[in-house]
Amino acid sequence: MNRVLDPKPRSALVFTRNSLYRVPHYISRIALYGSLVFLSFIFLVPLFWMVTSALKTQSQLFLWPPVWIPDPPQWQNFYEALTLFPFTTYISNTLYIAIPCVLGSTLSSSFAAYGFSRIDWPGRDKMFAIVLSTLLLPFAVTMIPLYLVWINVGLIGIETPLRGFGPLIIPSLLGGGAFNIFLCRQFFMTIPNELSEAARMDGCSEFRIYWQVIMPLAKPVLATISLFTFLGVWSDFLGPLIYLNSIDQFTVSIGLRQFQFEHGARYDYMMAASTVTTLPILVLFFFAQRTFIQGIALTGIKS
Amino acid sequence: MASTARIAKPKLTRAQWQKLKWGLIFISPWLLGFIFLTLYPMTASLYYSFTDYDVLRPPEWIGFKNYTTFLTEDNLALTAIYNTLFYAAFAVPLGILVAVTLALLLNAKVKGLAFFRSVFFIPSIVPVVASAVLWVWLFSTRSGLINLGLEAIGLPKVAWLSDPAWTKPALIIMSLWGVGGSVVIYLAGLQDIPQSLYEAAMIDGANTWQQIRNITIPLLTPQIFFQLVLGLIGAFQVFVQAFILGSIGGGALGMGNEAGPANSLLFYSLYLYFNAFRFFRMGYASAMAWMLFIITLMSTLIVLRSSRRWVHYGGM
Repeated sequence: MNRVLDPKPRSALVFTRNSLYRVPHYISRIALYGSLVFLSFIFLVPLFWMVTSALKTQSQLFLWPPVWIPDPPQWQNFYEALTLFPFTTYISNTLYIAIPCVLGSTLSSSFAAYGFSRIDWPGRDKMFAIVLSTLLLPFAVTMIPLYLVWINVGLIGIETPLRGFGPLIIPSLLGGGAFNIFLCRQFFMTIPNELSEAARMDGCSEFRIYWQVIMPLAKPVLATISLFTFLGVWSDFLGPLIYLNSIDQFTVSIGLRQFQFEHGARYDYMMAASTVTTLPILVLFFFAQRTFIQGIALTGIKS
Repeated sequence: MASTARIAKPKLTRAQWQKLKWGLIFISPWLLGFIFLTLYPMTASLYYSFTDYDVLRPPEWIGFKNYTTFLTEDNLALTAIYNTLFYAAFAVPLGILVAVTLALLLNAKVKGLAFFRSVFFIPSIVPVVASAVLWVWLFSTRSGLINLGLEAIGLPKVAWLSDPAWTKPALIIMSLWGVGGSVVIYLAGLQDIPQSLYEAAMIDGANTWQQIRNITIPLLTPQIFFQLVLGLIGAFQVFVQAFILGSIGGGALGMGNEAGPANSLLFYSLYLYFNAFRFFRMGYASAMAWMLFIITLMSTLIVLRSSRRWVHYGGM
């Protein structure tokens, strides 16, 4: 019994566990890796197909058996697609929205989360329940009046202030999204209260505690929020579809839709444009893999 | 107002007032956003939902007419509801099944865990328009990869995006490609299950399947519950995928329509969007939005109620 309670011989226990399997160990392992490799193949093939289709000639696209690696690769497809698909304009528009959104939502969601977790004021938890309940509100409910509000304050159209991107930027400055506040608050609540109390004893204002004590500790959650905000802006479709009315304002996602509308029959160009739209996100994933995975796991923890 | 303040005041000490002040300062940006970007639009759309409103002329009060028209006279409404429920009924449970299975495989102490996890996760972060455009190509009837594969194993080709019977299954298959996010969540949940439970089960002679059935799945129910709620909310609002895939087969509503062949991809949100921004029936669209909200709330409530019976908290 003592051996079971002792944490050290855990690996030994794993071995005894395996010996209890009905099927011999190596067979179940082969089956396991076999299914994982097979499923990985299924998950990867579409992406591979996207890139490889982008590099094919028109006739290779429709060949059977499929051409897996076109030789020579038609790199000029990218060049031609990009002359038809004003990607640099779309990217700079997307960044014009994404950069203030990322900064704004990390700052304003952490600011609100501070008020919802580090200060104990009467009515706080009831107010936070309201924050959470807004998560259930479909965008469709506010969509129409919001659109009319933005028109009336004169923020829709490329010639307006903020080049018509205001409706996509301003919400992130005002609270930065209920889900981000929620994530941030969850994190802030794990920071011991003694830290704040000590700072208050030393005469720190709440602003300074927020900025100099809590924020430096909250880097992991802030990184998560930045990353997902960026991803959100990059992939957002409905917002730009409603608020942007000129091609010169289009973001990459809505631009890609426009491209499909105009050149939907040219699958080589379509795949080149899709690859170019996806690539920055993949690069981001490889550089910030841990933030991605931990961030996603974090969103699922409280349930 | 004054009387509540008089009652509330003596309850709060000076220090509490101080805290209230700071609390409100910190939540003020959110509060502003809540009032102007949520509360006001909600009230306005509730009002519009009882009016005939085309933006050009001021809203005209018509009572419950938008609601009754939608529920009893509008055939497209029925189509939209059917399509949305069909999608939710298959995409959500299948998504949970696939994601839990993948997470269980990954949790079996595999080598190269980080690699496999990345492989399953990456499709979920591909921008949704790009993935939808990619699947349009994969589903192409003449030479899409999927039909080529079906042909290779001796099955007939399927007109995925032009046969109304196959458009929704196509969309559901596509949605399964994006389950990677929930795989990561389930995997994190699985890794939190204490090893001691399995050790105890093994001493009692439980085999792998019994362990999964009686330990792993019950302890994963909080995550499954959470994904079920989010999945339903998401499925009721599915929009972009239909918008992109539906524009291939040629719609029935008119030129440039994105609802798929025979409106088979006319989802609730899509129809709402058309009513609002193509037909400028803002009142009607607002009524639709409120019905969607009520359906969302009700199904969340039902899942929440049922959760007492099947979700296991604690046990750690």
